[in-house]
Amino acid sequence: MNQETLVERRVEETRTNPSQDIIPSKTSPSKDGPGQLGAPSAEPIAISVHDLHFYYGKHHALDGITMNVKARRVTALIGPSGCGKSTYLRLFNRMNDLIPLTRIEGKILLGGKDIYSRETDVVSLRRNVGMVFQKSTPFPKSIFDNVAYGLRIVGMKDKNTVSAIVEKSLRGAALWDEVKDRLNKSALALSGGQQQRLCIARALAVGPQVLLMDEPCSALDPTATARIEELIQELKSQYTIIIVTHNMQQAARVSDETGFLFLGKLIEFGPTNKIFQKPDNPMTESYITGRFG
Amino acid sequence: MVGTTQQQAGHADGIALAFRRTRSRRLWVDRLAVYGLSLCAVLVLLPLFSILYGLMHEGLSAVNVDFFTKLPKPVGEPGGGMANAIAGTLVLLGIALAVGVPIGLGTGIYLSEFAERRLAWVIRFVVDVMNGIPSIVYGIFAYTLFVVPMKSFSALSGGAALGIMMIPIVTRTTEEFLRLVPNTLREAGLALGAPRWRVITDVVLSTAMGGIVTGIMVALARVAGETAPLLFTAFGNRFWHENLTQPIAALPLQIFAYAISPFDDWHRQAWAGALVLIAMVFVVNMLASYFVARQSRILSPKK
Repeated sequence: MNQETLVERRVEETRTNPSQDIIPSKTSPSKDGPGQLGAPSAEPIAISVHDLHFYYGKHHALDGITMNVKARRVTALIGPSGCGKSTYLRLFNRMNDLIPLTRIEGKILLGGKDIYSRETDVVSLRRNVGMVFQKSTPFPKSIFDNVAYGLRIVGMKDKNTVSAIVEKSLRGAALWDEVKDRLNKSALALSGGQQQRLCIARALAVGPQVLLMDEPCSALDPTATARIEELIQELKSQYTIIIVTHNMQQAARVSDETGFLFLGKLIEFGPTNKIFQKPDNPMTESYITGRFG
Repeated sequence: MVGTTQQQAGHADGIALAFRRTRSRRLWVDRLAVYGLSLCAVLVLLPLFSILYGLMHEGLSAVNVDFFTKLPKPVGEPGGGMANAIAGTLVLLGIALAVGVPIGLGTGIYLSEFAERRLAWVIRFVVDVMNGIPSIVYGIFAYTLFVVPMKSFSALSGGAALGIMMIPIVTRTTEEFLRLVPNTLREAGLALGAPRWRVITDVVLSTAMGGIVTGIMVALARVAGETAPLLFTAFGNRFWHENLTQPIAALPLQIFAYAISPFDDWHRQAWAGALVLIAMVFVVNMLASYFVARQSRILSPKK
């Protein structure tokens, strides 16, 4: 109880004290838009979020988030349960559209276009922004058919092309060698870690630019987790990855940039080294050092 | 402090004593409960086995090649069979499937995937009420709906009556099994850029297929033996039916007609007909449990 009030007061401080506010758009407006080369060290930006608010009915779940996600980097989102990090992640491929009575304000720009504008085709957005879930979700089909599913729904029929993409995706997800002899077996017979890599392969097959991962390792043992983390490192040369994780060591190991969310606010966002070694915000520090959350 | 420990010790002693004192009573109640429940289980089996025994005893002698290939003989002539009634039952069940499955499946999908909560509650309630309506009422319903305007008893009206009876069972089992499909699978499909209808047909329905097929089989087995809905619709026929707009023979009707006749030979054939009907239902039920087994193998292959 005391801790909570303390934390709340800190949130207040963050809001009222601009010197502690590290949100990029406010401290450095020149880096605001995607592709603007304001600073000499600017890296290409894949996704740009502007003053994002999200509501479940009356509940204000996300409160004024502004941040830039760098292309072909791993961005980790950390924070205690219920802070809105999964909700936030699911906004990038409009997964929350399925939940009734939700409302969004603000902008998410992907390649300069607002993904919540009327012109956006949700189906093509989701092909562009793949997602891997907390619990692995293989379809009750063969391994091959799981990976080929995203290709078949767009009517790709040529068997050679489909097989080639399936192989490439399974190799990309570091699963090919383990399953190449049993592609026609049920995907449900794979181990938990293999199933999760299969889901990654399935997401890669449709050719996304961005990969969203919602606690992809939380149901896996340490060995399988290590494999997925290795895979994330390999994938970041080609994909922009946003990963939600409960595990702070994991965020420190895999990510280039880290955002700390608390009660729907982005408390601090910056290079992972800095967040974990020298955070600007005392709340970030107390969360990272395990004082709450 | 010392007092507390003593109190605690006294308390524990009291419990142990009470425990010992009631021991024989507990054992006795336990034994009684187990024997009582076992008796219930045996009582359930009793009617089934006595029916099977009765059917075998009375009917087996009349089950022969003629029974499956010949038409009924005129009154007074021995022999003949129920070939037309067996075929008729199959035709009626075929029509019932064509009527009951699309509507039941569609309603089940609607309830599970699309319906707004209050509307779903109303539909579910109506479907459950439908399930409780006596079967003869379905017969009268089909009579007014089909037989009166068509001015003839017909296979179509009989099949439709059976099909309508199937709807509630198919609807509810479809809905229940679709609800068992985890939402994460639907989201995974949508996240790959699949439109909603593709996710339902490719992922949701195929995951639940075993359960849905089971529901259809159970519904089919349930209506296969129905007599009342056919009395005013299919009506029965002593000959091969020529088309679906004419009266058609059915095993339950034939059994009914032969059982109330005064002839020993017909009585034997009625027993045989009942045996064949039960065998048909049994086969359908076996198929259903095969699909259930297959379904659970797909969903948890490691077992």
